[in-house]
Amino acid sequence: MYSAIVFLPLLGAIIAGLFGRIIGAKMSEYVTCTFLVIAALLSWISLFQVGYGHAPPQSLPVAAWIESGSFAVDWAFRIDTLTSVMLVVVTTVSALVHIYSIGYMHHDPHRPRFFAYLSLFTFAMLMLVTSDNLLQMFFGWEGVGLASYLLIGFWYKRPSANAAAIKAFVVNRVGDFGFALGIMAVFFMFGSINFDVIFANAADVDGQTFTFLSWEVDAMTTICLLLFMGAMGKSAQFLLHTWLPDAMEGPTPVSALIHAATMVTAGVFLVARMSPLYELAPVAQATVLFFGAITAFFAATVGLVQNDIKRVIAYSTCSQLGYMFVAMGVGAYAIGMFHLFTHAFFKALLFLGAGSVIHAMSDEQDMRHMGGLRTVIPKTWAMMLIGTLALTGVGIPGLIGFAGFHSKDAVVEAAFAGHGQIAVLAFMMTVIAALFTSFYSWRLMFMTFHGRSRASADVMSHAHESPNVMLIPLYILALGAVCAGFVFGGQFIGHHWAEFWGASLFAHEDNHIMHEFHEVPYWVKWSPTVMMLTGLGAAYYCYIVSPATPARIAERNKPLYDFLLNKWYFDELYDVIIVKPAFAIGRVFWKWGDGRLIDGLGPDGVAARVLQATGRIVKLQSGYVYHYAFAMLIGIALFVTWYMFAGGVQ
Amino acid sequence: MTAWPILSAVTFLPLFGALIIAISRGDDDIGARNARAVALWTTIITFLLSLVVWIGFDPSTPDFQFVEERPWLGGAIQYKMGVDGISLLFVILTTFLMPACILASWTSITTRVKEYMIAFLLLETLMIGVFCALDLVLFYLFFEGGLIPMFIIIGVWGGPRRVYATFKFFLYTLLGSVLMLLAMMAMYWQAGTTDIETLLTFGFAPELQTWLWLAFFASFAVKMPMWPVHTWLPDAHVEAPTAGSVILAAILLKMGGYGFLRFSIPMFPVASDLFAPMVFVLSVVAITYTSLVALVQTDMKKLIAYSSVAHMGFVTMGIFTGTMQGMQGGIFQMLSHGIVSGALFLCVGVVYDRIHSREIAAYGGLVARMPLYAAAFMVFTLANVGLPGTSGFVGEFLTLVGAFRVNTWVAFVATAGVILSAGYALFLYRRVIFGALEKESLKSILDLNRREIICLAPLVVLTILFGFFPMPIFDVTAASVQALVEQYEAALAAHEASTATLALK
Repeated sequence: MYSAIVFLPLLGAIIAGLFGRIIGAKMSEYVTCTFLVIAALLSWISLFQVGYGHAPPQSLPVAAWIESGSFAVDWAFRIDTLTSVMLVVVTTVSALVHIYSIGYMHHDPHRPRFFAYLSLFTFAMLMLVTSDNLLQMFFGWEGVGLASYLLIGFWYKRPSANAAAIKAFVVNRVGDFGFALGIMAVFFMFGSINFDVIFANAADVDGQTFTFLSWEVDAMTTICLLLFMGAMGKSAQFLLHTWLPDAMEGPTPVSALIHAATMVTAGVFLVARMSPLYELAPVAQATVLFFGAITAFFAATVGLVQNDIKRVIAYSTCSQLGYMFVAMGVGAYAIGMFHLFTHAFFKALLFLGAGSVIHAMSDEQDMRHMGGLRTVIPKTWAMMLIGTLALTGVGIPGLIGFAGFHSKDAVVEAAFAGHGQIAVLAFMMTVIAALFTSFYSWRLMFMTFHGRSRASADVMSHAHESPNVMLIPLYILALGAVCAGFVFGGQFIGHHWAEFWGASLFAHEDNHIMHEFHEVPYWVKWSPTVMMLTGLGAAYYCYIVSPATPARIAERNKPLYDFLLNKWYFDELYDVIIVKPAFAIGRVFWKWGDGRLIDGLGPDGVAARVLQATGRIVKLQSGYVYHYAFAMLIGIALFVTWYMFAGGVQ
Repeated sequence: MTAWPILSAVTFLPLFGALIIAISRGDDDIGARNARAVALWTTIITFLLSLVVWIGFDPSTPDFQFVEERPWLGGAIQYKMGVDGISLLFVILTTFLMPACILASWTSITTRVKEYMIAFLLLETLMIGVFCALDLVLFYLFFEGGLIPMFIIIGVWGGPRRVYATFKFFLYTLLGSVLMLLAMMAMYWQAGTTDIETLLTFGFAPELQTWLWLAFFASFAVKMPMWPVHTWLPDAHVEAPTAGSVILAAILLKMGGYGFLRFSIPMFPVASDLFAPMVFVLSVVAITYTSLVALVQTDMKKLIAYSSVAHMGFVTMGIFTGTMQGMQGGIFQMLSHGIVSGALFLCVGVVYDRIHSREIAAYGGLVARMPLYAAAFMVFTLANVGLPGTSGFVGEFLTLVGAFRVNTWVAFVATAGVILSAGYALFLYRRVIFGALEKESLKSILDLNRREIICLAPLVVLTILFGFFPMPIFDVTAASVQALVEQYEAALAAHEASTATLALK
């Protein structure tokens, strides 16, 4: 069954990729979609077997991969609750996105290629989440990076898309640099990179040190920090986040699948998977917590002022990933995974909804050119509304609410229940971010669907509701966005969490966060809800009641506004301190290092000296007999002198 | 071991083909066509014959196999051939790539076709000989002899600055060769034999090892090429015809790495250990420095040439870690690089044949008219980047694992090079393949023809296959490398013990 889940998408990718031109676009779509739907159904079965049925975790070998001395790695599947949850998320969203794309990419001439890439991505992602060792995970990790690169640059004629694609790949590689070193460090310390061995020996390695670079460092902390660097790249955490907003150059279904629901959550999954190590590395946990908190806050501030509908959602994703890492950082892995699970539904819903808007508006993405679309595309509006309610966490504390309410509020409560000063910071940041989340989400809704239309008459006359092939995936996701919270909450983070997750998530015996977060004071439980309502009110005032206000505020706080609009100037900063110097240094090495120094002193220099020397010899050979005779005379004189003195001594 | 001398047959079959071309008449078109056909069939048969060697090879033993031994030149020197797990696959790589090279030259070489094919076949004999030779003198003859056809190929069929490139190549290699020859003589005086198998277990005095190691290093480092003696490579690549570049990158560079594994590590273990830090420094400098240089290149071939230097940095780093992973990774990286860089040069050749420019700026948007080409180029670019699932990853990662065990700084800096490789390779791909097709000269460009597909398809398949299932290669190399590592460690331990007792006295 698991082989079918993982390899059906690969088969689909191969069929659509290699034979797409022969079997045609329609056939490619049907093949890939069918395979994905089958995979999704099987994944749900697996979740009920493993998660609810408490089937024991198992490891299924597929084939040998690398074996060099003691370094032995197999292709193998590791099936436990963590894997099944991810399988469900990945295949479900992927199947829906596949179906949705039939409608969205309807006019594109390269559909087989598009569907091949989508399926390839799904395959890589499944390899990542089913991995039984770190190297296969790294394979999936880079594989999704590749698919992301290909899909961001799908419209290869656009220079901006190509630039964004390379940026995504290279920035991710910066993270992968840490991940790769982490794997090496794990092998160095544990003598294996298979999860079973690592987890079994974690307690032994705890407290050991090794020399990393020039310092004697704590092994567990270093390993966890290095692995987290990989997670930061893939999950677009603060400092390595710059690629995610640019990645919106790709077609919108791609943004929904890769840059919202699945790939970017791989970092969260990595930390959850390695929880037996993180639990033993408090410093690394604190770092995860810190970066999660900063990202949640930072991305939310930038989201406040963006005008591109997709970029708002992209920053929102970035911010929500920060929430997940906050949960990981305080040791509440189950809560982080739960937020990952619900987030997949409502964020994919929002992205696909935005895609439906863009589709209706003839590829317009700037919200300043939208407005009043509620009556034109009412079904899309309703779906976006559900997505927004879920994202902002609407619900009645202590009772029931939309998906985001259950998971996000749990994150905030866990942050409060966490220990240490960074947890306090994280609590404050996540509460403030909740306010911002609510504001930008409703801002998006109001600017897009309400008020008067700011689009040209031509565009409005063509505006139309999307076909059913696009709407039905939205309905299904909306169902998830409404229900995922209260249906699954009890198992994921409620009192049955320990049985549900089994051994797949590890908690240290001193880690009681999963109980403590239930017992936080009432004001804590209410604070995200209050923030949500405040944000809604502020957005309502700014964009419905008095639409001139935002411009006025922006005018009055111009430096701050520019700072946020330009995303804290990270792109500019990196360009100045990294990209430009790299090219400059390359040029210096080439022209000066290779050209002047090495060649100048080496072959060219030798050749030049030889030429010079021969030139002098040629000059000496003047052709006059008396010159030669004179030279001979001097020579004989010198020889005789030497002979007399040197020989005389003997 | 076998009844008939199969290694000699593989080695000298191409020479036989060259002879046939040489004695066949006709300098006209028919003569050229015959020459091409003979060369192609010779290389194909050689390849098939070499597969027989692989099939008959017993991977469970580290010993030399298919050994042939005959006295030669008055008994002082012998003609001795044989392969073990380290050398076998290089032989296969050579024979495998030759047909592709001949095919790549099918239409692009129009002058002196006969001579060209003769040069290539001669080159093949000499290259295979290098990997099979089990006698110092024989090795030296093949090793240095291989340079002559390469000089000629670049010097006669090369680009406009071919004379400069050839001389640079010559100057560099000359220095190394002379020193290596001196070292070989010294070894003969010491050991009284030139038999490599005997020399492997001879155990030279530590002081002597230092000098011998340095002399061999001078030769191998230039071949590799290691920083800072790499500057001949970009020039040679740029001026060489496509097939020449392929052979240069895929095979000739590997002789340096092979030399380290065959001579430096087993024969001079103490010196290898002594100089390992220096090799590490040069390797990581090569990885980062040349990657940065590759980033700013405007010439496709130069860019790939610089990236080759960076990739060879991983090889030298891996070999001198003295670990199983480092050495096996190094061998794998060499084989993978042989396939991938060879393929990349073939890819450059494809568009060069059409547009006659190597400038990156002359291209852009090729995917619109050349989808097959774009796909093949993508696979090789990703392998060059070292993406898991391609052959480029396996070797690179194993050498890094090996390096991490020995020195984390080395692994750290080398891993950083992985970021840069993504930068330059994808940047190249974007400028050549992606974008809008706007240049007039490209509007009528044609996709791969059948000959080019036959050339590239096997390379695509192998690149991906060895990414997922590299075990065939590890199976062959495991026993020999294992023995090498054990011997190396034992020699170091013995040396340590002896210095310790000296210190006690």
